[in-house]
Amino acid sequence: MAHEKDHDYHILAPSIWPLLGALSGIIMFSGAVLWFHDITPFLFLIGFAGVLYVMYAWWAEVVDEAHVGDHTPVVAIGLRYGVILFIMSEVMFFSAWFWSFFKHAMYPMTEGSPAIDGVWPPIGIETFDPWHLPLINTLILLCSGAAATWAHHALAHENNRKDLVNGLILAIILGAFFTFFQAYEYSHAAFGFAGNIYGANFFMATGFHGFHVLVGTIFLAICLIRALKGHFTQERHLGFEAAAWYWHFVDVVWLFLFAAVYVWGG
Amino acid sequence: MADAATHAQDHHDERSFFTRWFMSTNHKDIGILYIFTAAAVGFISVLFTVYMRMELMDPGVQYMCAEGARLAAGTAECTPNGHLWNVLVTAHGILMMFFVVIPALFGGFGNYFMPLHIGAPDMAFPRMNNLSYWMYVAGTTMAVISVVSPGGNGQLGSGVGWVLYPPLSVNEGGLSMDFAIFAVHLSGASSILGAINMITTFLNMRAPGMTIFKVPLFAWSIFVTAWLILLSLPVLAGAITMLLTDRNFGTTFFDPSGGGDPILYQHILWFFGHPEVYIIILPGFGIISHVIATFAKKPVFGYLPMVWALIGIGGLGFVVWAHHMYTVGMSLSQQSYFMLATMVIAVPTGIKVFSWIATMWGGSIELKTPMLWAFGFLFLFTVGGVTGIVLSQAPIDRAYHDTYYVVAHFHYVMSLGAIFCIFAGIYYWIGKMSGRQYPEWAGKLHFWMMFIGSNLTFFPQHFLGRQGMPRRYIDYPEAFAYWNKVSSFGAFLSFASFLFFIGIIYYTLRHGKRVTEKNYWNEYADTLEWTLPTPPPEHTFEHLPKQSDWDKGHSH
Repeated sequence: MAHEKDHDYHILAPSIWPLLGALSGIIMFSGAVLWFHDITPFLFLIGFAGVLYVMYAWWAEVVDEAHVGDHTPVVAIGLRYGVILFIMSEVMFFSAWFWSFFKHAMYPMTEGSPAIDGVWPPIGIETFDPWHLPLINTLILLCSGAAATWAHHALAHENNRKDLVNGLILAIILGAFFTFFQAYEYSHAAFGFAGNIYGANFFMATGFHGFHVLVGTIFLAICLIRALKGHFTQERHLGFEAAAWYWHFVDVVWLFLFAAVYVWGG
Repeated sequence: MADAATHAQDHHDERSFFTRWFMSTNHKDIGILYIFTAAAVGFISVLFTVYMRMELMDPGVQYMCAEGARLAAGTAECTPNGHLWNVLVTAHGILMMFFVVIPALFGGFGNYFMPLHIGAPDMAFPRMNNLSYWMYVAGTTMAVISVVSPGGNGQLGSGVGWVLYPPLSVNEGGLSMDFAIFAVHLSGASSILGAINMITTFLNMRAPGMTIFKVPLFAWSIFVTAWLILLSLPVLAGAITMLLTDRNFGTTFFDPSGGGDPILYQHILWFFGHPEVYIIILPGFGIISHVIATFAKKPVFGYLPMVWALIGIGGLGFVVWAHHMYTVGMSLSQQSYFMLATMVIAVPTGIKVFSWIATMWGGSIELKTPMLWAFGFLFLFTVGGVTGIVLSQAPIDRAYHDTYYVVAHFHYVMSLGAIFCIFAGIYYWIGKMSGRQYPEWAGKLHFWMMFIGSNLTFFPQHFLGRQGMPRRYIDYPEAFAYWNKVSSFGAFLSFASFLFFIGIIYYTLRHGKRVTEKNYWNEYADTLEWTLPTPPPEHTFEHLPKQSDWDKGHSH
């Protein structure tokens, strides 16, 4: 090799994925505009497929790099920083939805606003009883988080492959149940998405959370596949750690949603 | 190293043009891409302003006619086309805020020099770094598409102002507004990924022995900026997503008829928008510190207070947002709080300005081009800061709100502050980046043209604002004619200086004098990029720098 490097950082070869990813992104978003205006959904779908493909190919490459030893200890620390920072940005994204919710719940609009506040929930809105399905769903999601932690402990402390796989399967199934019950709840909502602020806040906040549950479930499923392939060792399982952190973040967001939107604001 | 592909890159010439510039994982190449793209977008955005200043040169509407936009004032009938005016105002703002200044300072100089300053071989996530760049290009493309796609009033483009306030932005017809919203989503995602990259690089990849309070000020400024981006841009993403669903799916976040509140949008927008102001200027602060130390031939005065001032400005930037909204009907106690909190920012900013002056005090000052830009910055940013203190007063803002006084204020801090930092950085580092030096006389002439031009443009706008001329209008009464004419001449001079600058860059890159010294300034340019060959090789710090390379003791 012409210049031998004597540091442990990861210097990468040129890659086509960033360019293709951004290209798919602009196609997807331009397609979304056309779709919103009832012109055609196809451009969006093409872009979306491109985004999914680039994500798959890119992360497959990352997994390969991990296997050939590019993720030295210092690089692994960097990757952990990356995941934590990404989750922090996600927290701030949710804060926008909570901001809208708390504003409208604490200072509801009426004819006389801002001098006179209205009521919350708005007149005519029938909200969900938090102590029925929402409570059960909360428990399901918390159990799923516990199962993910069980899997992690099995791997990290006991190197128990069987419980790693069992824990992950349980976490994924419970996650899927949560999504299913959430969809069931949506279909029984006594309020609509459009035309009223309660529905807008409710569906956008819980909807974005639901989207994150879906992403987290897929993330865990990929960890399951990798666990079955024997990718993780007792010491090194960064991908699984990231998935677990992400899953706990999704849990915590839900607890805030449950406490604020369902219990306090309902 | 792990694979054969990486091996191939060790030889500079083996990379094809496409591989080097379209598939890059090299922080220096990506930095250069950012700077050139930002300059190109900046040129488009400046063209818009030149056209706007042509229109404002005289009372009445001469160019932006409903019968068709003109480049020469004629005698033919002209019905004012306010929509076109609004579109240009909006596009100028969106392009400058999201697609010119942040990419140039944070993406460009940040990418190129932050890793060099801390002695890192590259960014923490070099491939994701390139994703940031290409998503920025994708966002820019969508922003430009927005200007030329069907919009409100049966015309092209959206004329809602860069802040995209509802109800205007919700009611604006056509596709244009949705393109603009997604453009901001894309560029926001790009900036967030960039911020994650910068923070990780800073925390994880500093040279051996470089503890956190030994890091050069420019790297510090990028680090603080990255935190502001990471924590504020996702909030904006939420706000514009609400706009999107209000526009397309009938939600009523900002529509009182459905229980929503348009003021909520302003709060969320400015919760992002005020940190955004510091996102724009903080990297500039970093550049200015190094330029002033180099050309005053003294170490920066008060390194530690300078760092804490950066952190302080960053932190305070998050708690002052509603000073942009004094006239929306907030309670007096809210207004009092935001007024006091805003004035507190003058303290860390003052620490920085006085430390720069103290750095120069007793120094042996050399007025090379970068130093001229730094001087220009110091004077003009302080003027902008002083009018900022004036505007921070809620009662005074009652009179000044939405007048040209505000336009003058924020152009002094941005057009004159941030842009002067960019030029200081370019003249300071172009020799290092390209291996060729600019002609000194040309750099100085560029500075004086721009300095006079931009002051001529924006100083009279203080007067216009005090006389009560509102912003964002295509026309004005005769009484405002004099200073508008002066302002327009200033804009034309600034534009001429921009064209001249493009010429300088072309000349420098093609025919400029070659520089081969590692450090072509002096020993007070003591950060790590000056220990590298000029221009630096493709891979830098393959052997990490030793502490003696950068720890001079005198500077901190």
